[in-house]
Amino acid sequence: MKPIAFTLNGVAKTLTVDEDRTLLWVLRDDLGMTGTKFGCGASFCGACTVLVDGKEVRTCVTPVSRVAGKKVVTVEGLAQGDKLSPVQEAFVEHVGYQCGYCTSGMVIGATALLNENPKPTRDQIVQGMERHLCRCAAHQRIVDAVESAAKKMAGGRK
Amino acid sequence: MKRLEEEMIVPEGWGFVETIDRRDFLRLTSTGLMVVFAVKPPEGTFRPVWNFAEQQRTPPDFNAFLHIGANGRVTLLVGKIEMGQGIITALPQIAAEELNVPLDMVDCVMGDTDLTPFDSGTFGSLSVRVLGPILRAAAAEARAVLVQMAAEKFGAKADDFDVKDGVVINKSDSSKRATYGELAGGKKIERRFEGKAALERVAEFTVVGKSAARRDGVEKVTGRAKYAGDIAPPEALHARIVRPPAHGATLTSIDTSAAEKRPGVRIVKTGDLVAVLHAHRDEADKALKLVKATFTPSPSTLSNDNLFAHLEEVAVDKRPFGAAGDLAAGEKAATQMISAKYTKGYVAHAPMETHSAVAAMGTDGRVTVWASTQTPFPLQTQVARALKLQPDKVRIITPYVGGGFGGKSAGAQAVEAALLAVAAGKPVRVTWSREEAFFYDTFDPAAVISIRAGVDASKHMVLWDNDIIGAGSRGADMFYDVPNHRTVTKGSWSGNTGAMHPFAVGPWRAPGANANVWARESAIDTLAAKAGMDPVEFRLLNLKNARMRRVLEACAKQFGWTPKPGPSKRGVGVVCGEDAGTYVATMAEVKVDAATGAIKVVRVVCAQDMGVVVNPEGAKQQMEGCIMMGLGYTLAEEVRFKDGEVLEKNFGGYTLPKFSWMPKIETVLVDSPDVPAQGGGEPAIVTMGGVIANAVFDATGARITQLPMTPARVKAAMTKK
Ligand code: FES
Ligand code: FES
Repeated sequence: MKPIAFTLNGVAKTLTVDEDRTLLWVLRDDLGMTGTKFGCGASFCGACTVLVDGKEVRTCVTPVSRVAGKKVVTVEGLAQGDKLSPVQEAFVEHVGYQCGYCTSGMVIGATALLNENPKPTRDQIVQGMERHLCRCAAHQRIVDAVESAAKKMAGGRK
Repeated sequence: MKRLEEEMIVPEGWGFVETIDRRDFLRLTSTGLMVVFAVKPPEGTFRPVWNFAEQQRTPPDFNAFLHIGANGRVTLLVGKIEMGQGIITALPQIAAEELNVPLDMVDCVMGDTDLTPFDSGTFGSLSVRVLGPILRAAAAEARAVLVQMAAEKFGAKADDFDVKDGVVINKSDSSKRATYGELAGGKKIERRFEGKAALERVAEFTVVGKSAARRDGVEKVTGRAKYAGDIAPPEALHARIVRPPAHGATLTSIDTSAAEKRPGVRIVKTGDLVAVLHAHRDEADKALKLVKATFTPSPSTLSNDNLFAHLEEVAVDKRPFGAAGDLAAGEKAATQMISAKYTKGYVAHAPMETHSAVAAMGTDGRVTVWASTQTPFPLQTQVARALKLQPDKVRIITPYVGGGFGGKSAGAQAVEAALLAVAAGKPVRVTWSREEAFFYDTFDPAAVISIRAGVDASKHMVLWDNDIIGAGSRGADMFYDVPNHRTVTKGSWSGNTGAMHPFAVGPWRAPGANANVWARESAIDTLAAKAGMDPVEFRLLNLKNARMRRVLEACAKQFGWTPKPGPSKRGVGVVCGEDAGTYVATMAEVKVDAATGAIKVVRVVCAQDMGVVVNPEGAKQQMEGCIMMGLGYTLAEEVRFKDGEVLEKNFGGYTLPKFSWMPKIETVLVDSPDVPAQGGGEPAIVTMGGVIANAVFDATGARITQLPMTPARVKAAMTKK
């Protein structure tokens, strides 16, 4: 077992684990970061999404070795102290959630989407979020939230 | 969610597993004002066929606690759970209203069998409807007690005092004031609710009826909200259980030696369970794959292909649901008749959080189970029975639940975790894989519904003959005016009467009503078309129920409905429904791709009369959720199975509603201040099958009589037409 080093929410981590361990469970079981959720284990639902170097990655199908030397951000790493990120703030304001179980993945997915395309149209948001599932069916408010987050960020909010 | 142990009482030595019993709890919280109360659900609010008091098994001593501490904070202790429906906000709103305290002074402890009073479960859109009035009355009682205490303190009459923001103030001398905290602190006051305190009048409400920001938002967007699978007691092990490939298959041989060789793996056998345990879930997954097990084949020969014939053949337990007049007379009076059979398959709950539970033994012989469950108290009994313990030796704690929709009324995963924890001597975590979640789901039952109906020369309905297999009676009330009608059910959604189904079935958001309303409203629409009438005008002609008429008219107004007999090629449809005491009318506009049969829902307008609305924004969120979720069972969701095997293993094959399906959704709450608060979590969903089927008929002239309305079925119906 070779040590694997990466940054997690801005903090350097070095783990000595089997390199084919699944990132999702390393985050949850080894590192206690339970904000990242298990929903399907097969890349269908998006509940387990994190940012790796700013792009969304489904951790349930990602071996931990894949993030060596990279920057990993989980839902726990988006806020600065008590200050929510614009996406998080918009999800709260628009109630882009019900049970909240898909929410971590949605918030991360929306963050990645806006990193890539800061001024998406409504259709682009729909397409960008398409592979994230929400059984409570909060879709309309999630799209509203992402639209509003884009506006906040265009206004300079980080 | 704020748990009591963080907020108010942290006894010495409070650890992960150590617990206190309820007497200790009462002692610990007996400083401050505790209102313990029992009230019968309000008379006359509910349909007599559904006896809530009995269904909820309301205990004679108390239904809920309300506690006011020395810091003035109000804590509600309720056995309900939060699974996205928003009662963590709505219930405190009700208490804040009656107590005259700001909403953020109210905490809510939910679904903990040690800390909250008995509750039969969170289902049936009952929380606000049944618990709401009880909480309201208790809060009013607490307020009356506190005002009385202030009056005594200042040697004045209670009538001389007002309450504002948790401060009792003398009306003529505002220096005579005391906060709730000052009044309640340091004393032991226990009040049994007597129902005498005056309730605030609806017109004076300042908190109820206003949209309150949900209180679980920040926790949920930051990942801090805890779900059962997130609980990790020290030394806990994940368990993956060896499962049969099909229902009815039994284990014949098992070889765990390869799995056992992996570092950190433990194999635990207890009763029928064989499980692979490991501290890390992914390692447990890998080890499970190494277990070699063989099973007998399942005796089941059922599949999607022969299901409906089977249901019609075996359907037993015939029960009359409603009847009036004389069917033969109706048939004679009818100048136009229709007769149709509607079928639907099994639908999965598929909450994003699969069933999960964590069980840990305490040093005191008690077992604590954190579970994703809609029914903590029944689960306590279930776990105790499995462990051969008295129920009070089991504590169920319900963190946030990641969606339930009825599916988490069943709690097998908690029993599994508890049995394995006892056998392993270590805390055990069970989180079902998606495949297990499909396999062990208690599906919304398949149904076959036959309807014969007729109108006379004046287009009035004169005959309604309805035979329901599988769906039960919910949603089958005949609220149209038909002098001669009869409805008979065979088998219900709750349980597998006569082994009709090849696997477990159970409550699914508005159980049975999705099927019944869809079938009824499809038939009504067919009748309207046959009579050459606009479907809204036809309904109004045959509808005296004032609440239903009002909602239908409100919906038509918002939609901009212009009357035209169907099929008008416009692709518009209408449905009326009633569920959980709430009246709902929905209209939709669809486009049907003639080449593929694919349906695109463009716009949905839903109007609802749910009585007093506690949190209008919350109610609208539930309606929107119902509409989007309802598109699933309407357009795509159907469990495929064969010979006892559930062929759905994940979301690759079983499609849930997606962002791109989103119609334009408009919701209307019809003002109804004279009706007490009714259910909100389910009513709108019952209309979705019918409204889309009717809109598709209007667009194409083809009547689809099977759910889901997949492109292939739409195409076939269009060709046949
Ligand atoms: S858990 Fe990873 S995509 Fe569903
Ligand atoms: S909020 Fe429950 S799954 Fe999306």
